[in-house]
Amino acid sequence: MIVSTQKPLEQIVSALDGGSRVFIIGCSKCATVCKSGGEEEVFRMQEALADAGKEITGTIVIDEICHMLRTGRDLRSRQEQVNQADFLLVLSCGAGIQSVAEVSEKKVVAGTDSKFLGNIRRFGQFEQRCSLCGDCRLNETGGVCPVTVCAKGLLNGPCGGMVDGACEVDADNRCAWVTIYERLELQARVGTLSRITPARDFIHEAHPGNLKLGK
Amino acid sequence: MPSQLARKLAAHEFVITAEVAPPRGCDLTAFLHSAAYVAPYADAVNVTDNQGANMRMSPLAAAAVLVREGIEPIMQLTCRDRNRLALQSDLLGAASLGVHNILALTGDGIGCGDHRQGRSVFDLDSVQLLQTITAMNAGYDMNGAVLTGATAFFAGAAAAPEVEPFGVTLPKLGKKVASGARYFQTQAVFNPDKLLAFSDAVTPYGVQVIAGILVLKSARMAEFINQHIPGLRIPSAVIERLRGAAHPAEEGIEIAMEMARHCRGICSGIHIMSMGRDEVVPRIAAAVRGEKLNN
Repeated sequence: MIVSTQKPLEQIVSALDGGSRVFIIGCSKCATVCKSGGEEEVFRMQEALADAGKEITGTIVIDEICHMLRTGRDLRSRQEQVNQADFLLVLSCGAGIQSVAEVSEKKVVAGTDSKFLGNIRRFGQFEQRCSLCGDCRLNETGGVCPVTVCAKGLLNGPCGGMVDGACEVDADNRCAWVTIYERLELQARVGTLSRITPARDFIHEAHPGNLKLGK
Repeated sequence: MPSQLARKLAAHEFVITAEVAPPRGCDLTAFLHSAAYVAPYADAVNVTDNQGANMRMSPLAAAAVLVREGIEPIMQLTCRDRNRLALQSDLLGAASLGVHNILALTGDGIGCGDHRQGRSVFDLDSVQLLQTITAMNAGYDMNGAVLTGATAFFAGAAAAPEVEPFGVTLPKLGKKVASGARYFQTQAVFNPDKLLAFSDAVTPYGVQVIAGILVLKSARMAEFINQHIPGLRIPSAVIERLRGAAHPAEEGIEIAMEMARHCRGICSGIHIMSMGRDEVVPRIAAAVRGEKLNN
């Protein structure tokens, strides 16, 4: 899922400067799970903005806001409330915010910062394991991604900053290469670590990404 | 091979290297003074590359200035601040200016330095950088395009003999040698037994070892290093020895000289990290060379 966090309220209020009527949009998927833009957060935002002197013309929580056609359809179903608003405040990931911008000419305000593609450890605890690099090498690294989990994204082993198995960049994190080594050792595959991994081909990460199935 | 360091290592002469940091600013006076002071005692002088991710003059410029002064530099080159184009163009520039020793490093994380908001690069890692240097020595860039003029670099790499778990680092050390590293310049070592075990582990790869000798000034400095310098762990026994000493700064030199003497029987040379105290370099050099200083 896409992990996002809400921007501080002052920033949101400041972004809404120059207008008083706001329509608030959340998402029932990722933003709900990470509590940045589900039903509850949309309701709280409605109250906070009312306290800040804004008029809320309406709210909606879209089922998968990254789905652009569905977002367009859902906003059309609330056409009147949307039309009354000076701003559409979106509480979702950056993809969702742009779905709204794609289907409406209204001023769109981002109420969140998108952080990473996250695994869920437990309720309210998310960890980045994949950075969508487009060239997966998990088959060679015991199922642990060095591009993401190594803070430097090193492909041939640990840097000189590893001490007692901890990462140089954040000592609270285990060095990704220690985890990779231990997993490969358990599987009697440590020998694969002697193979040199060539430099990455960043063509796989060229953006904007675009995929059309069947083409 | 234009590198004097390479010739001495090949001849199994025990080598001594020192270290100077380029200035934060364009005034080279203090840098040159420091380099000229340590150079007579060293076979080559490391020029650090934005060490600890703190912004300094380019090591390429500073190393080229040393060449002009008749001092042989070892240019440290990290992957943190340059993509593959910049690494290769700096390498070509270095070769053309007479800089022939390269220490190929990953680079400390940008978060430990003075430009924490910056973006680190790590387009290549140290193994891939060594492969690139080897390709350039053969007359090609990393993509196989022919160079007008091949380089003649003598490349080294970093290693940490006392790090735990050591086994995790070993495959990468092998890859560094396979990619062209001719020597390991190690992180600071304090334990002769661990250095010996390290030397025994890597010598079969066909690589030489230059052991890092860190000159400490006080227990407080050692504790600061343990907290803030990546990859460096000073053993508590050393810290206690400094704490118990009547003259800790002198005790630090004594500890360094003892370790340096041990190195003579274990590896191919020492790299003195004087932490700004250039005056310790002649003393440690004399200690390993069995000479008496006349001062």
